[in-house]
Amino acid sequence: MKDRFNLYRFASPATFYPLAGALTPFFFAVAAVFGLAGLWLGMLVAPTDFQQGEGYRIIFIHVPASWMSMFIYLIMAGWAAIGLAFNTRLSGMMAQALAPTGALMAFLSLWTGALWGKPMWGAWWVWDARLTSELILLFLYIGYMALTAAIDDARRADKAGALLLLVGVVNIPIIYFSVQWWNTLHQGSSVNLSKSSMATTMLWGMLLMAMCFWMYSIAVAFMRVRTIMLERERNTEWVKTLLAGDEK
Amino acid sequence: MFKIISAVISRDLKLAMRRQADIVSALFFFIIVVSLFPLGVGPEPDLLRKLAPGVLWVAALLATMLSLPRLFADDHRDGTLEQLALAPHPLGLVVTGKVIAHWLVSGLPLALIAPVLGIQFDLSTDALVVLTFAILIGTPALSGIGAIGAALTLGLRGGGVLLSLLVLPLYIPVLIFGAGAVDATVTGLGGEGHLSLLAALTFASLGFAPWATAAALKIALE
Amino acid sequence: MIHWNSFGEFLAMGGYGFYVWGSFGVTALIMLIEPIAVARNRKTTIARLKRQLRAENRNTAE
Repeated sequence: MKDRFNLYRFASPATFYPLAGALTPFFFAVAAVFGLAGLWLGMLVAPTDFQQGEGYRIIFIHVPASWMSMFIYLIMAGWAAIGLAFNTRLSGMMAQALAPTGALMAFLSLWTGALWGKPMWGAWWVWDARLTSELILLFLYIGYMALTAAIDDARRADKAGALLLLVGVVNIPIIYFSVQWWNTLHQGSSVNLSKSSMATTMLWGMLLMAMCFWMYSIAVAFMRVRTIMLERERNTEWVKTLLAGDEK
Repeated sequence: MFKIISAVISRDLKLAMRRQADIVSALFFFIIVVSLFPLGVGPEPDLLRKLAPGVLWVAALLATMLSLPRLFADDHRDGTLEQLALAPHPLGLVVTGKVIAHWLVSGLPLALIAPVLGIQFDLSTDALVVLTFAILIGTPALSGIGAIGAALTLGLRGGGVLLSLLVLPLYIPVLIFGAGAVDATVTGLGGEGHLSLLAALTFASLGFAPWATAAALKIALE
Repeated sequence: MIHWNSFGEFLAMGGYGFYVWGSFGVTALIMLIEPIAVARNRKTTIARLKRQLRAENRNTAE
């Protein structure tokens, strides 16, 4: 993510591995700082919403989780494009390291959406355009993870996964549009979470929480990519020396 | 260009004719799934009329899925696929031919039998015409998108289930506009808007999917 | 500055306590479990790879 512009220098797993290891605690720390600030603003300072009472505070995780679930898919598609164009080993590993976190974000978005919907419309699940699209996004994540898990050969898994991601990213606008169309036709209720007039403190709380989720995702993806690298590169010299020495 | 496509189509049709049982079983799968719904939800005509577009379309999606794993598997097993990938003409054209052939033996029969099943659901004549037309122009998109999934899962364990996991989410727009066209006709809004969007989906996927499929096949054959 | 008058009021969330804390609780739980699971997976992977490497070295030494 952040190191993309250094891609050529750090595209080699041997250099990326220690870098990711050094950066992981940093990203966790930054995530914690953003998270505490966001929770403080959102949960303690922000005023009551005059329409939705205190229930609106779910927004502080619902919106960041939804944003991250979409953003991570885009980032994965970006890695996929790089991987297919330049044949870099790192891109497939990064995409696979990001997928479970993205799926969890999609799940959190649905979970908080359900808990938000119950008191607001009296139903855990409403076939609202946004919730439905989020559900389909979760399916796309699951499809990607199932495909890469089913292919034993790592190189083929990377490339097939990358192609699926690109096909998915082309289809997402079409799916979103069709769901929107379907929703207006059937006059489903609409979640206008973000459209309600929002105090500045609320907006800041939400942005801080979004930053927290973002940094958290990077940290977890870095942790995961390190394991994938060791596994994939177990026959190379750098992994062998790493394992033979005392692994930190 | 058209020579290659038509050569592939006639070859695949010839092969399909040798295994007519496959075509017939997919068709009966469609018929049985659709017929199960009234048994599940009860025979009230009002309810059935409301359910018909969705039920017929979901069954059509599933029936199309059935024959997808076979799209490249046989050619892969006997090595034909590798020959085709190495041949001088672009693999995308070959795939286009195979997709069209797949539609002729899977989508087209569904469209022909759909009006009969629509009668079971008490659909009006107008709705039956739109239903048939929608399935006719929507199913090529299913074959096209499905081909990408078939190529990605070529030769994998549990390929069939995996294929449906990959492809079904991508089928959602076709389902929405296909069922929406019939629904709009039933409610008197007119299905033209849906049908033109469905046609647009089909053209887009027939233009785009064969090349993505060709890329996926090359990955699988490496 | 702080919006709440008492801790009890904060927990009640104006009657939405179950929904708000249900959301935040599950999110916190996931964000706690995910890194732990990833770290544990990493440990087992390293242990397995080390074992494989040692077995390999023994085979080449013989």
